[in-house]
Amino acid sequence: MSEVGEARAATTERIDLAAEFAQSGVGPVLEQLDAELVGLAPVKSRIREIAALLLVDRVRAKFGLTSQAPTLHMSFTGNPGTGKTTVAARMAEILHNLGYVRRGHLVAVTRDDLVGQYIGHTAPKTKEVLKKAMGGVLFIDEAYYLYRQENERDYGQESIEILLQVMENNRDDLVVILAGYADKMDRFFRSNPGFRSRVAHHIDFPDYSDADLFAIGEKMLAGLNYRLSDGARLALMDYIPKRRDQPLFANARSIRNALDRARLRHANRLFTSGDSAIALERLTTIEEADIRASRVFALPPGRWTTGPGP
Amino acid sequence: MRITQGCFSFLPDLTDDQILTQVQYCLDHGWAVNLEFTDDPHPRNTYWEMWGLPMFDIQDAKGVLFELEACRKIYGDRYIRLSAFDSSHGWESVRISFIVNRPNNEEGFRLDRAEAQGRVQRYATRAYATDQPEGQRYT
Repeated sequence: MSEVGEARAATTERIDLAAEFAQSGVGPVLEQLDAELVGLAPVKSRIREIAALLLVDRVRAKFGLTSQAPTLHMSFTGNPGTGKTTVAARMAEILHNLGYVRRGHLVAVTRDDLVGQYIGHTAPKTKEVLKKAMGGVLFIDEAYYLYRQENERDYGQESIEILLQVMENNRDDLVVILAGYADKMDRFFRSNPGFRSRVAHHIDFPDYSDADLFAIGEKMLAGLNYRLSDGARLALMDYIPKRRDQPLFANARSIRNALDRARLRHANRLFTSGDSAIALERLTTIEEADIRASRVFALPPGRWTTGPGP
Repeated sequence: MRITQGCFSFLPDLTDDQILTQVQYCLDHGWAVNLEFTDDPHPRNTYWEMWGLPMFDIQDAKGVLFELEACRKIYGDRYIRLSAFDSSHGWESVRISFIVNRPNNEEGFRLDRAEAQGRVQRYATRAYATDQPEGQRYT
């Protein structure tokens, strides 16, 4: 029986999309994503769309319709600490579970892994990285550094050309994710129009809301087997908007740093308290004072501070 | 005369898909895949030129095929062979090796006979290809 005949015969039958969904194993992937990542609505919705496309493509294939693997190269833009790198690491796993990439490993590189130091050094270096990334995800952090406008003899251009070629020819072998701060990435894409058109998904990572940051903080602590006392919870809620008003605010990264410092104070407090016997409760609980001791509470809002932040 | 050596030598040449499957098998076992080429088809010629370094930290066979394509682009008129080296203790040797590219026409070998002392006869095989200097043998 010819393919056309089969396809025609198939038009009369129906395929249960829900059953197909349950069978594909996509559901748990999306649930895990929802559970583990706070906020990031645009990112989640894009992943859901990709998953839906995969499912629909599978069903289409059953009817004998052509389906081509979509271009999945992505660009992540957003302010510092909005989760670009975290999501990229997760993305490899997700795309593997969805069946878009064969191996699902992540190769994270920056400019110095791609660009060589002398003439003729760049191409082999870039190709080496690309070979390693085949079947997985290549994550280029701070991708805008690849292109240096001020130096026309910069070897970055050579690397870009190879990347573009492989991104086009080996679309079903690897997924390239570029990440960087929004304004710099914009400039990068403007000077490399080829990149812009080959990257199908431009995902912007929004800043987290205060509630999101609080949830992230709690998740981080839970992962480290710490918990906040009631007073400390209030203090942290207080702390977040205050820290946001300070310069050099880096979203989740600032919260992580703040919590790291709180852990230091917590450890020091236990150490200096002189008790030799400490209950588990005290070892795991961060108290209000640990957070209130932050310099942020002492500063008037908006004042410039030097250093990495209070 | 069709040169046969290594694995699968009595099968028709492997297609790229079949090569891909073999390479993936090698990679899944943690063997380092290596590409070599030559234009001297003599069976005793064990010193083939290496195409780059053995590929150690590749996870997907497509990465190897990527190099094979590059090698074919330049040395498509020569023999290319793919071998996989198992570095695990107790093996430490090549586990699989097969030809992945061959010239369009393979001219074969000539048998030279030489009379030695008494009635002794000595033999030598010479590839017709090696009458030409290296690099011009299969153009």
